[in-house]
Amino acid sequence: MSAAGGLVKTAGAIVTAPVRLLARLLDAPLSALQRLGGTNGMAAFFLLPNMAIFGVFVLFPLVVNIVYSTTGGTALFLANRNFVGAAQYQRLFSCDSYLDPKSCSEDLFWTAVWNTVAFVSVQVVLMVVVALITALVLNRDLRARSFWRAVFFFPVLLSPVVVGLIWRWILQRQGLANLGLYEMGFAPINWLVERNWAFAASVGVSVWAHVGFYALILLAGLQAIPKDLYEAAEMDGTRPARVFWRITLPLLMPNLLVVLVLVLIRAVQIFDEVYVLTGGGPGTATLYLTQYIYEVGFASALRNPGLASAASILMGLVLIVLTLFQLGIVRRNASKGQS
Amino acid sequence: MSRMSDFILRRRGGSSWDWTDVFTWFWLIGGFILMFGPAIWLVNSSFKTPAGLAEFPPTILPYVTAEMMVEGQDKPLPLYEVTLEDGSTAQLVELRRVGLVAQMVDPAKPDEIVRVNIQDRTPVRSVSFATNNYVQPFLSFDFMRYLGNSVFVTVMATIITLLTNSMAAFALSKYKFRGRGFVMFLIIATLMVPLSVILVPLYSVITAMGLFNSLWGVILPTVATPTGVFMLRQYMLTIPDELIDAARMDKASEWQIYWRIVLPLTAPALAVLAIFSVVWRWNDFLWPLIVLSRRELYTLQIALNTYAGETNVQWHFLLAMTVVTMIPIVLVFVFLQRFITTGIAGSGLK
Repeated sequence: MSAAGGLVKTAGAIVTAPVRLLARLLDAPLSALQRLGGTNGMAAFFLLPNMAIFGVFVLFPLVVNIVYSTTGGTALFLANRNFVGAAQYQRLFSCDSYLDPKSCSEDLFWTAVWNTVAFVSVQVVLMVVVALITALVLNRDLRARSFWRAVFFFPVLLSPVVVGLIWRWILQRQGLANLGLYEMGFAPINWLVERNWAFAASVGVSVWAHVGFYALILLAGLQAIPKDLYEAAEMDGTRPARVFWRITLPLLMPNLLVVLVLVLIRAVQIFDEVYVLTGGGPGTATLYLTQYIYEVGFASALRNPGLASAASILMGLVLIVLTLFQLGIVRRNASKGQS
Repeated sequence: MSRMSDFILRRRGGSSWDWTDVFTWFWLIGGFILMFGPAIWLVNSSFKTPAGLAEFPPTILPYVTAEMMVEGQDKPLPLYEVTLEDGSTAQLVELRRVGLVAQMVDPAKPDEIVRVNIQDRTPVRSVSFATNNYVQPFLSFDFMRYLGNSVFVTVMATIITLLTNSMAAFALSKYKFRGRGFVMFLIIATLMVPLSVILVPLYSVITAMGLFNSLWGVILPTVATPTGVFMLRQYMLTIPDELIDAARMDKASEWQIYWRIVLPLTAPALAVLAIFSVVWRWNDFLWPLIVLSRRELYTLQIALNTYAGETNVQWHFLLAMTVVTMIPIVLVFVFLQRFITTGIAGSGLK
């Protein structure tokens, strides 16, 4: 702990040294500015850098995105693009049957949509269940709990590219996964070449990479449950299963809901680790929405920024609804006095 | 020793093992293998030669097969330990293999070809770490350049994030001005907008500013994180206003109050944000993938992905470079794990 503190201090010193010099140089001009604008006027100065960056790189693109989605052609800048109204949306939605991507004019979009729906429905359930079990296990009377917590948390910090490459290496035909099957006398499996296995791999790898994060949030929730409730239940001789259903689960429900929505929000946007692991393949088996947007907007030869914009706005709408849910849950909990 | 066994055999209570105890240990040990195993296997594999990597079933330790030059042959041949028909053993090199029969010669007598059933021979091998997997990319693969790009992006983005976010948080927590509520609303509202939703217009903004194919184009869009402003503001609200009023009485300028008083007091929150910023920026993938198309500007993550996507993947180099990419994060994990986990548990931030 103290070693880590020292490290933070040293790193802090290295990082702040040039900034400190800058601060000293700014002293005189800023005092002049303050005399000009008054004490309260300095608020604008403090807000300015962040709001300028925020405005240019988040707010402006957000507004422009809507305009973008109503234009066509391959030109990059808005001034050179022609207005096409809702044509991009019509193209995305022109389908004989939405369930059959082949019948849609933009069939990869619907392939990506249904792949994402399948991914989200399987991954979210698996993630929440595994995170909950892990949190319950870590909440037991364990020695070295922080060590075990770290074990499950480790992959959370790894970069998606590293995660993708590690698992590509293990799941390739001559990899470690097939060694296990070989030792048990089974035939090797082409994990990343067969559609269903590749889908399962994308789900499994994303759970592996993030489950520690959600387990940690749930563990914090479990530890906030008052101990005397359990003591009272024990005095009454309540069976453990009943304790779980009647005490643990209801009191954990706010945290569980937040985790559920967070997992949903992340799962809808899945990209990095799956892109490195499978590249969206085999065929289109693991092509998810963000990769569709990336390929239509940037990577493919037939670039169509307007179409990518329209698709990203549709995804954004889903995410906004989910985030409103999450904020609602957080606020309700806060007003009840639980965090 | 007894403390050790106490630790390992700790149970729910009483003398018998409850099923939950069994399950707990099953989960913990299984988790240990599943969470650390793949990364350890990566490190382990990164020390194998291309021949060692192609082998199935794979070995745990990196082995190399001994080879030997034989008179009359133009390249070194693999050496085998052979059990001969009379039951004796000898070390022979293999010339070629025809079906189940290997044609082998004794290095001392290169003209006498011995035919051996392939079941009767095992390669002579020794453990050897292919450190060249690490050395070679550093020398020839522009690896230092990618590493430098990644470090530059991470350090610059983190400094700017800390500075601008803390300034904004200071304004939002310690001043009363018209529109403060609106600014807070904007910031919270954009928590909902992930980068993947604004990729296309952001790309055109970056291009219009001449930042396409520039590391600044990677850095700038990431630094105004709403999470950072929000977290620092919550922390600064706990700093008493009396402190600031007292400083004003002493004729300190607003900038000095921010720099000398508020910033040092916010150090714990700044440290948490700094750690997260480093991890985020080091791991960034999608946005650099879009902004950087010139090879010499690639960050490590993009270089690795490009390298892995090439038709003839040289796994021995790729694995070694992946390990190097992982090192800073593993260091952060080892030294700062406690801060990170308490930071997450406290704020739900990642």
